[in-house]
Amino acid sequence: MSFGHKHILGMDQLSADDITRILDTADSFKEISAREIKKVPTLRGKTIINIFFEASTRTRASFEIAEKRLSADTLNISASTSALVKGETLEDTARNLEAMHPDIIVMRHGHSGAPHYLAERCNFSVINAGDGAHEHPTQALLDLMTIRDKKGTIGGLTVAIVGDIAHSRVARSNIIALNTMGARVRLAGPRTLLPTGADRLGAEVFTDIKGALDGADVVMMLRIQQERQGSPLLPSNREYSRFFGLNPDNLQRAKEDAIVMHPGPMNRGVEIASSVADGPRNVILDQVENGVAVRMALLYLISGGEKMAE
Amino acid sequence: MKLLIKGGRLLDPANGIDDQLDLLIEEGIVVAVGVGLNEDDAHILDVSNRLVVPGLIDIHVHLREPGYEYKEDVLSGTRAAVAGGFTSVACMPNTDPVNDNKTVTSYILQKAAEAGLANVFPVGAISKGLKGESLSEMGELGEAGCVAMSDDGRPVRDGEIMRRALEYASTFGLPVISHAEDLSLVSGGVMNDSFVATELGLKGIPWVAEDAMVARDVMLAEFTGARLHIAHVSTRGAVEIIRAAQKRGVMVTAEVTPHHFTLTDEAVRGYDTNAKMNPPLRSADDLAAIREGLADGTIGVIATDHAPHHRDEKNVEFNIALNGIVGLETALPLTLRLVDEGVLTLAEAIDRLSSGPARALGLHRGQLTAGHVADITVIDLDARWTLNAAQLQSKSKNTPFDGWSFKGAVSHTLVAGKLVFDRLEGRESIV
Repeated sequence: MSFGHKHILGMDQLSADDITRILDTADSFKEISAREIKKVPTLRGKTIINIFFEASTRTRASFEIAEKRLSADTLNISASTSALVKGETLEDTARNLEAMHPDIIVMRHGHSGAPHYLAERCNFSVINAGDGAHEHPTQALLDLMTIRDKKGTIGGLTVAIVGDIAHSRVARSNIIALNTMGARVRLAGPRTLLPTGADRLGAEVFTDIKGALDGADVVMMLRIQQERQGSPLLPSNREYSRFFGLNPDNLQRAKEDAIVMHPGPMNRGVEIASSVADGPRNVILDQVENGVAVRMALLYLISGGEKMAE
Repeated sequence: MKLLIKGGRLLDPANGIDDQLDLLIEEGIVVAVGVGLNEDDAHILDVSNRLVVPGLIDIHVHLREPGYEYKEDVLSGTRAAVAGGFTSVACMPNTDPVNDNKTVTSYILQKAAEAGLANVFPVGAISKGLKGESLSEMGELGEAGCVAMSDDGRPVRDGEIMRRALEYASTFGLPVISHAEDLSLVSGGVMNDSFVATELGLKGIPWVAEDAMVARDVMLAEFTGARLHIAHVSTRGAVEIIRAAQKRGVMVTAEVTPHHFTLTDEAVRGYDTNAKMNPPLRSADDLAAIREGLADGTIGVIATDHAPHHRDEKNVEFNIALNGIVGLETALPLTLRLVDEGVLTLAEAIDRLSSGPARALGLHRGQLTAGHVADITVIDLDARWTLNAAQLQSKSKNTPFDGWSFKGAVSHTLVAGKLVFDRLEGRESIV
């Protein structure tokens, strides 16, 4: 059975079956990263270009490792070295990329919809590694994988997502994906950081972290961007931390076996207390590890993986 | 030279006329209106089965000349105008240089005369350089031919400047056109602040950015007793504020664009940059309120905000695409859809496109009784056609209506009795 998706642009395109298949595939790939020779020939001869118009350490490294472990030929282009800073349009960038005949482009871009622009106009596959405040589907997939690993299932769980929901592509993708998988989603943040129509996202909305944490199975903290502090959206990190930060006290409201997630990079002492970040419930490094496996699975599946396996 | 327009149905909303009537034109002026007119030495334009209406007037267009001729110029813009049935257009001052002095005004009028197509009525800048700091020389701009003052696209932030602009413009009998938007509330938004924006991950522009500024400007109009025209109304709140002000006797008129009464912010899905405009496409509720406002006359004007942009300015990421679409060649068919849907009567539709705009800016046009200038649009209400953006007369093709099917088309456009567009000829032609 073919995977049926040429591009991965957002979680809104994936069914529960698609997601389960990606996670199952990722589970089987996870073992490769534990081998002494961490490489399989699956994508030998495939060319993958990672083009990052926004700074990224974790996601980019994770994609690159995933690609290398599958033996793809990879190339990295970052904003500081790309022609874009010299004024090239995305259309021209796309045309030039196409002329190099890559199989897959992994793109991060500051503008929502930029990967869709590329996907509409080019022959290669596009994987969205984060577009503006829109989606970050591979982050949601690695989060789902981590939840499934730790909880055995996703459906029926209560997941609290806390922080800057309005500007977070991680939140967008996770809300869609968790709904698809049948989890109950809660959102919490000050009203300035909640998006318009938050109540229509398929989530229960809280303006108080305590209510959101009550009985939660999973607590997902979002990063507070440094530039929010002192903007009209947020008076100070100090106050944010007091009312919306996760600390040992309010974490007690969650279920005893609740896990704590964070997409990174963390602001210790702002959205998450160090004692929680380093505490027994955090699965933050599992997320990073699963990120590689999930990305290997996606690269494999959109390359027509099933055919190769036969 | 005499011209007899024969066999058509004359609809002149300002005079309550809707009948089979012929028009005799001499020296560019309507000299007789009557049943079965005959004149031996007149050219005859047979308009059987056609609707004859006062030449359409678009009081909100960007002709882009001087300065942005790669998008549009006075010639291409007035070609688009007459192809869309518009005999007159009022062009906004955000050119380069800005139309804040009589030299630029004269230049535009000279280009319009050379083109010889539609009448062009320049709108002068409220403030020098559209900076919102000091008033432009409105008296001289009026003398040079400006018919109104506006800082369109750059709302006047400072309340005192807007107050004085209204007072000073009214000294010379000039209305002020407000692009009403509180930019501090726009705050970098690129589409309507709505759930669609949330789903697309795009920053929203809330309705209150428009309502707050409309409220301020309406109150300033009330306070100063000056004439105010609100450009491109897009929100329910704006319609309600204007309606209430009109009831109190405030001299405020308002316009809506065809895209705001046709599309909602759902059109942005897929990141279609031809659905990016300022003000943004709003919700279905706003659209309903706008249509009510059009029907009850609160909004007396349909104007296009014709905003030509080069392909390269639209074929980019949504966030950085320029705002606006071309509108001159789609306004009439989009308005006729409102008639088909029962929102407006045909007479109301034609009023909002001709006599309504003439009233808003005090232009002596928009009606067709004897003695008036023979600016005339002839419409084939039954013509069915499909828009191909590539064939627009405008230099720019930025329209979200490419591929739409319409009923009703301009068949002839006459300016001062001169045939400047004949649909069968495909483009302008001269009798």
